[in-house]
Amino acid sequence: MNDKSDRLIDKKGVRLDGRKADELRPLKLQVGVLSNADGSAYIEHGKNKILAAAFGPREMHPKHLALADRMVLRCRYHMAPFSVPERKSPAPSRREVELSKVIRESLEPALFLELYPRTGVDVFIEVLQADGGTRCASITAAALAIADAGVPMRDLVVACAAGKVDDTVVLDLYDAEDKLGAADVPVAYMPSLNAITLLQMDGILTPDEFQQAVDLAMGGCKKIYEMQKEALKTKYMVVKDVEEEKEVDE
Amino acid sequence: MENENLDEKFMPTFFEKKQLVTPGELLAEGDYLPGENTYAEENKIYAQRIGLVDSDNKKINMVALRAFYVPKVGDIVIGTVMEVGFNGWTVNIKSPYNAMLRASDVLNRPFKPQNDELSTVLTAGDLIVAKIASYDRLHDPQLTVGEPGLGKITRGQILHVVPTKIPRVIGRKGSMISMIKQETNCQIILGLNGVILVTGKTPEDEELAITAIRKIEQESHTSGLTDRITQLLKENNVNVEEPKNE
Repeated sequence: MNDKSDRLIDKKGVRLDGRKADELRPLKLQVGVLSNADGSAYIEHGKNKILAAAFGPREMHPKHLALADRMVLRCRYHMAPFSVPERKSPAPSRREVELSKVIRESLEPALFLELYPRTGVDVFIEVLQADGGTRCASITAAALAIADAGVPMRDLVVACAAGKVDDTVVLDLYDAEDKLGAADVPVAYMPSLNAITLLQMDGILTPDEFQQAVDLAMGGCKKIYEMQKEALKTKYMVVKDVEEEKEVDE
Repeated sequence: MENENLDEKFMPTFFEKKQLVTPGELLAEGDYLPGENTYAEENKIYAQRIGLVDSDNKKINMVALRAFYVPKVGDIVIGTVMEVGFNGWTVNIKSPYNAMLRASDVLNRPFKPQNDELSTVLTAGDLIVAKIASYDRLHDPQLTVGEPGLGKITRGQILHVVPTKIPRVIGRKGSMISMIKQETNCQIILGLNGVILVTGKTPEDEELAITAIRKIEQESHTSGLTDRITQLLKENNVNVEEPKNE
């Protein structure tokens, strides 16, 4: 590759997709999109399109997986065969099994597991279209789906990544930056409690850069958190506004 | 130490009455008590669910807009028989736990497997009105039908609502539900698990009652709901009565 095509950030500090270093991709969040699930959410994070559905708490199946002293959270992260440019086998890959575990562990601290012993909550995450940062977008959507199912939560979990591209620490990497960049730091965060529930790093960063990346990602999380709350409220605000407006008219 | 003293003096709350909040939202700080659907951490009260906040003196309460039914001893519920077992039935009461109904409770005498065929009494798919007889963290709920008004449902229509909205359907001192009953001539049994049985003389009556309850469920968090429901019932009742007069 020649020098020019290698550059991911131009001289003005603009990235390949036109964003600045500390800019998020456009986000769209929607709650309650699936009527058969107890709770559901849909997220469009840049070109990522992800559906999350939550069921429960309900009796655990198979029964031997139930725990006598707490609730069990199960997550399934799955990518649709058509979610990536080259067809992906629908069978769960090593990466998907790992991400399911990582997502589960990032959501668990937000739940009151001890409240409903012997039950289980299932979360199914289906990636319809992937463009880098799907684990983060999945966590954001899954937290909304669980809240929509009416499961008590300490806080909504939001996730966002930061990383290093062309010696610059940038927010919210997309596919090309993730693959060609130097490092990727996904962070899942509970903003109200100021608690990090997931912190991973892939690549090489100096301690300073790492700190910078975590701070940047947490800043991104806070922005997404506002949208997340908005999405959850919208469903009920619409009815409220319409009805109260009617009253004013009368 | 300084901070602690300050907290006690100010004790701020961060919401307006009936404000819509989401899980994790900070509701109050200081010497408050967590009520329904809220929790306390380090002197701060947070929301657990999406719902509407309200405070009662020092207690912060929330009415959840999304929740599931958690059994409570003494509650009347409506359930579906899922399975006929050796000495009773497994009943789905739309809660995280399946309920058990014992054969001896239904038969009102000791149950002998050689004499009684349980599936002739209740089979899978049957709907029952029952009362929660016992329930705790370690044991699944037990049901009883040994009281007047309880037992198998033979007619009427079933509808499901979010269980936390049942109090809204009942209304203040039962005002809402008695109004619906009166205006539609329907008998209505409210299962606290969010299942409602409507039995009327005609399907039209039942439909009207169901429409009204659906409206309450959807708009339970808005103000002036009682008036709108009254209007809905009156408007539709005129349509029903007119043909009779002609």
